[in-house]
Amino acid sequence: MRIVSTLASLVLALGLAAPVHAALEVLACEPEWAALVREIAGDQARVASATTPSQDPHRIEARPSLIARARNADLLVCTGAELEAGWLPLLQRESGNARILPGSAGHFEAADFVELMDKPQRVDRDMGDVHAAGNPHLHLDPGNVARVADALATRLARLDAANAAHYAARNRDFQNRWREAMQGWRVRAAPLKGVPLATHHKDWVYLARWLGMRVETTLEPKPGIEPSAAHLAEVLRRSRERPVRLILHTNYQSPRASRWLEEKTGAPAVRLPHTVGATPRATDLIAWMDEVVETLLAALK
Amino acid sequence: MATTALGNGLTVKAGRYLSGIGYVNEQHPHAWDFADQNLAYSAMLGEHYAQDGLQLKWVAPTPMFLEFGLEAAQGADWGDRNGLGSKAAFVHVGDDVGVSHAWRAGLSYLRVKAKGREGHWDDDNDVEAETEFDGTSKFWIADFVWKWAPEGNPRYRNFKFQAEYVRREEDGDLSCEDNTPAGACPGITDSYDARQSGWYAQGVYQFHPQWRVGYRYDRLDVGSVDFGPAFAGVLSKPDFTPKRQSLMLDYNPSEFSRLRLQFARDEAEQGLKDNQITLQYIHSLGPHGAHKF
Repeated sequence: MRIVSTLASLVLALGLAAPVHAALEVLACEPEWAALVREIAGDQARVASATTPSQDPHRIEARPSLIARARNADLLVCTGAELEAGWLPLLQRESGNARILPGSAGHFEAADFVELMDKPQRVDRDMGDVHAAGNPHLHLDPGNVARVADALATRLARLDAANAAHYAARNRDFQNRWREAMQGWRVRAAPLKGVPLATHHKDWVYLARWLGMRVETTLEPKPGIEPSAAHLAEVLRRSRERPVRLILHTNYQSPRASRWLEEKTGAPAVRLPHTVGATPRATDLIAWMDEVVETLLAALK
Repeated sequence: MATTALGNGLTVKAGRYLSGIGYVNEQHPHAWDFADQNLAYSAMLGEHYAQDGLQLKWVAPTPMFLEFGLEAAQGADWGDRNGLGSKAAFVHVGDDVGVSHAWRAGLSYLRVKAKGREGHWDDDNDVEAETEFDGTSKFWIADFVWKWAPEGNPRYRNFKFQAEYVRREEDGDLSCEDNTPAGACPGITDSYDARQSGWYAQGVYQFHPQWRVGYRYDRLDVGSVDFGPAFAGVLSKPDFTPKRQSLMLDYNPSEFSRLRLQFARDEAEQGLKDNQITLQYIHSLGPHGAHKF
């Protein structure tokens, strides 16, 4: 038990010596939420993202470096709806950080503040990687981003009451710029209305709904299951009856199936930036959604 | 088993759990990369070291992952549990190297009091004797894991290298008995002092979302074994080095199922060279937590 008391006194010593941070330590699960925290908190938060645009947020591992980051976080900003179910619970448990446990003020999930699409009647393993709460790729609807921004500003103010006015002011400013940008995107994206899509994964449904596009088919036979030759043949057969105009995939999905369908149908395969940082120009939320709309329009020509 | 985050990096776990020593010890068999446990663990730790007790872990508030752990428990699966115990301590460090690489290294110490721990030993007449050990076992384990995934995206391709070294020091009394008249063990007890070690290294490459291939080399070193004088002509230190090579290929139709074919060249028993083929199917049922790194 001598080791226990040594450890206890070490903990105590480090606890007392820990510097007082002025800024909140925020760990975002995805780059879009890291970008949103930067918009709302400015220099009152130090933000890191657990995933990069090259990583599938369904499938990363609870790496030691992420446990170390979660250990010091005041706030987790994640999508929720089980998107991060494979690794976030481990970060919360292994980091020993009670502030970010489910139900705490330091655990923020965007899915709590928006209406999710594709909520299944039942969930079965036969259905592939289906989320009981609904489709988690909610940030692809700018209306959702605005709702999450409001909730995030409230949460930041709750965690850091001294700077509540700062968060509220930055949120107002962001909401104004975002609303204006949304109007611009809607006008520019008018030619996209009714455009039929094939998508690699069922991840563009929110974007499609917002811009009035139609997701005709997905290349994955079931969510999270790799495209098979048999399923692609079926996709091709159906696309002869109901042609698709664009074939969409993300940075972290293999382009092979999309390119195969492009060759067969002539519809362009498009790697669409799915989050902030997915292309060099998509440096913040507005620049990213600009890029999404421009990429779609350019591919349609 | 219940884990509670106390805050400030502290977690406490109570109940029955797999000890945090080493790397593979905490993995459930369905998560193993080969059909069987490595030789060092199976020979010295009984596949897994599971116990009933208390674990305290502390993650340091450093940018690099640094974790300390302490365990105090009844020495489960090590014979009579009354009043006997085990203590363990470990430290883990880990980090990323760029976006494509991540690693973890650890050092662990385990001290177990054994009473009546059963074993089997070929006596000097080549008869399998039953042994019981009373005394202290001390273990040192060094472990290292390195994972690579291009751009940090393991979906299509990834590689994992993993190696562990286990050293065991035992000090106490051994009694041995044969159940046949031809045996050399008349049912005697004397002192027993042994220093043994083992290690393995393995690499697993996922080259397709559903396919992985892996190679493992494992080996034991009999080291030094000192028997008390009563064992003269009864038990002797084995003079060979058990080793094994394994090659596996597995197919993963979904997150919940895995079909594996494994070939092993097994030289773990004296004078025997065994070629083994294993076909394994793993299906996970029910809700099931995420796997650690």
